Amino acid sequence: MKYVDEYRNQKDAEQLLRAIHRRATRRWTIMEVCGGQTHGLLRYGIDEALADVVELIHGPGCPVCVTPAEQIDRAIELAERPDVLLTTFGDMLRVPGSRRSLATARSTGARVRAVYSPLDALMLAEREPDLQIIFFAVGFETTTPATALAVQQAARRGLHNFSLLTAHVRVLPAMEAILRSPDNRVQAFLAAGHVCTVTGQEAYEVPCRRHQVPIVVTGFEPIDLLRGILACVDQLESGRCEVESRYRRCAHREGNPQARRIIEEVFEPCDQPWRGFGMMPQGGLRLREMWREFDATSRFTETASICEVDDRCRSGDVLSGRIRPMQCPAFGKECTPDSPLGAPMVSGEGACAAYFQFHPTIQNAAVDSPGRKT
Amino acid sequence: MCLAVPGRLVQWLDRDPLMARGWVEFEGVRRECHLACVPEASVGDFVLVHAGVALGIVDAQQAEQTLRELRAAGEATSPQFGEDDA
Amino acid sequence: MSGETSGCPLPSDDGGRVLLAHGEGAKLTRRLLDEHVFPRLFGTGMRPLEDAALLPPLSGSPVLATDSFVVSPLFFPGGDIGSLAVYGTVNDLLVRGARPLWLTLSMILEEGLPLSVLDRVLDRIAAAARCCDIAIVAGDTKVVPRGAADGLFLSTAGLGQLVEPAPIGVSEIKPGDVVLVTGPIGRHGIAILTAREGLRFEPPPTSDCAPLTAAVAALRNSQAAIRVMRDATRGGVTAVLHEWSRDSGLTLFVDERQVPITPEVRGACELLGLDALSVANEGTMVVVISPEDSIRALAALRDAGYAGATAIGEVRSRGVVPVVVSRALGREQPLVEPSGAPLPRIC
Repeated sequence: MKYVDEYRNQKDAEQLLRAIHRRATRRWTIMEVCGGQTHGLLRYGIDEALADVVELIHGPGCPVCVTPAEQIDRAIELAERPDVLLTTFGDMLRVPGSRRSLATARSTGARVRAVYSPLDALMLAEREPDLQIIFFAVGFETTTPATALAVQQAARRGLHNFSLLTAHVRVLPAMEAILRSPDNRVQAFLAAGHVCTVTGQEAYEVPCRRHQVPIVVTGFEPIDLLRGILACVDQLESGRCEVESRYRRCAHREGNPQARRIIEEVFEPCDQPWRGFGMMPQGGLRLREMWREFDATSRFTETASICEVDDRCRSGDVLSGRIRPMQCPAFGKECTPDSPLGAPMVSGEGACAAYFQFHPTIQNAAVDSPGRKT
Repeated sequence: MCLAVPGRLVQWLDRDPLMARGWVEFEGVRRECHLACVPEASVGDFVLVHAGVALGIVDAQQAEQTLRELRAAGEATSPQFGEDDA
Repeated sequence: MSGETSGCPLPSDDGGRVLLAHGEGAKLTRRLLDEHVFPRLFGTGMRPLEDAALLPPLSGSPVLATDSFVVSPLFFPGGDIGSLAVYGTVNDLLVRGARPLWLTLSMILEEGLPLSVLDRVLDRIAAAARCCDIAIVAGDTKVVPRGAADGLFLSTAGLGQLVEPAPIGVSEIKPGDVVLVTGPIGRHGIAILTAREGLRFEPPPTSDCAPLTAAVAALRNSQAAIRVMRDATRGGVTAVLHEWSRDSGLTLFVDERQVPITPEVRGACELLGLDALSVANEGTMVVVISPEDSIRALAALRDAGYAGATAIGEVRSRGVVPVVVSRALGREQPLVEPSGAPLPRIC
């Protein structure tokens, strides 16, 4: 597969691993912001191969993980209305709200459907004129253009039975929150390549300078990840601190102007609570005034949800890099991918689920624990 | 976040700025994708698709440059390490 | 199919749909059987008249398998629920080393199912049974209220006779044994996901839905020492390897780079973020075979038309993890059992 297979080459990977080992004179702490990168690092065993020279901290870049439980409760309430079909990405279905997930709600009659794209939800709206089709929109800036496009197309096609429940998030405020935190350990960032495909990388100059932290944009294939890590280590070792890209084939400095314009036409930044982080200033996006008719929360009156998140779950500390997944007391015991307490154990790219999957000792311990026996 | 996959644009279906669509081929399957963010894409270009929307055009020159760098680094380091990557 | 019971208070089946009364054992049930089920399954030949079939004695050990089929949609590229219901049970018998002989067929029909759909499914069942040379000897039909089933559910049980030498079983697999697959993996799961979730891939990916008769025969004729065979249905190759690891106490290793995969499945899996190793198959099996016989076995499979037959891994002594995968970079990682059906993901 062109532009994929070339970046999974074993020989190149080994040479990059050697180069990183050669360049590092000490162990550095690098955060990959994006959960897709966490998945790639663990899937290909890169974190273990570099364990002696790089500690990789897994960042908050899993939209499914940071969506607040209240918002999932709201999605469930909407899905339980008889006139509503709630659509969302497959990743969202199993994430627990305060009491239930969308998948459990579906098992008791809520109308929920996984879609590949918000624009597929729009097609459902066209096909099912008697139903209110709500798209539960999660995702970082990579996903926002698709949602924004769906809103604009719905308006153009006069689809009044389509609306959004938004939980879109912005990556930069989260990076800044991590850097401002007094117990921050992050010395360099791998920035998420596909976010930068949309947003570009200019905005990273401010945190890079203010916090003196190297930021390297990179992709998701093992060679991209290794090149990104090598660039981080190289900057750290030479005392430099710059924003640079190791993903030039897909992310241009200025991003994609059309995509940015579409987002800006439809959404505006707002303060938003993040699961595990609390209120994130400018950390979310809401529909602009002129698109409010597509806002499901104003279209449907709702009752307030009770929100109790399981306090055994320390996902907030995991998502902000304060602890590693296995340092959480519930990890692999009360909390496994089959019965998750918190969102990072659900999504394939959630840090806890990724650890559970790819770390042999953990998985084995969990298999042997009484909680997992069937 | 953000599983995005490069596919080859094989046909434009609609060039309206908002409704832009075309067929994109991913190895053995094609899917109709939205192209509003890549109006300048030509048939044969690889576009990066996420959730059914093309977010950008893969820069073939930059990709080639990266592969050249990798090859150069491989040639530079392997004699030095004298390792056989069998 | 018409309601020509003029004047009769009996509910008619006009509109050509299945009615609750079709399942109530009375006249309409008889007509459903006589006009739809029997002619399609048995032609004008012999038909079972009793609820239980009396079968001739076997000369070897009987092997019994049962399975239920609830696939949606009922028809999908490369297959349908009817063929699946026959091949699925036949394959269960074949991989256990049996020659499939007899099949029972239970149908649960949803009220309102068009009779034309039922007819098409019955035709496919009959064709599949002929293709596997297996006789349908008993059956049952029930109708449930609309909403209580998804069109039509099937359940089949198959009885076969063990053919010696039979696979010796998973308890006898040994470190060094070779793991092979009979063809490209993941085709059924991707075909169903594409059809059910309306993913609109072109060309629509096709299922591998097929009987494994020729594969098993080829392996048998090659006289390779087969330890164990399994059709890699739900959970795909991953699920089979986990089951074997549990049952043998050994570690199973798979090299992803050796695993055969079609371009359709490759493209779809990349796009949807799925691992083909964990995607379902319906006509592809995993085999453990002694290392000295593996080349011969693969040659025999390829001669029999299984061009994609490939060695993908090996049995190892018990390590830290039950199933190990080596992916593109050659580093070994645990291969985890999927915890649910694959769904397209964005993350």
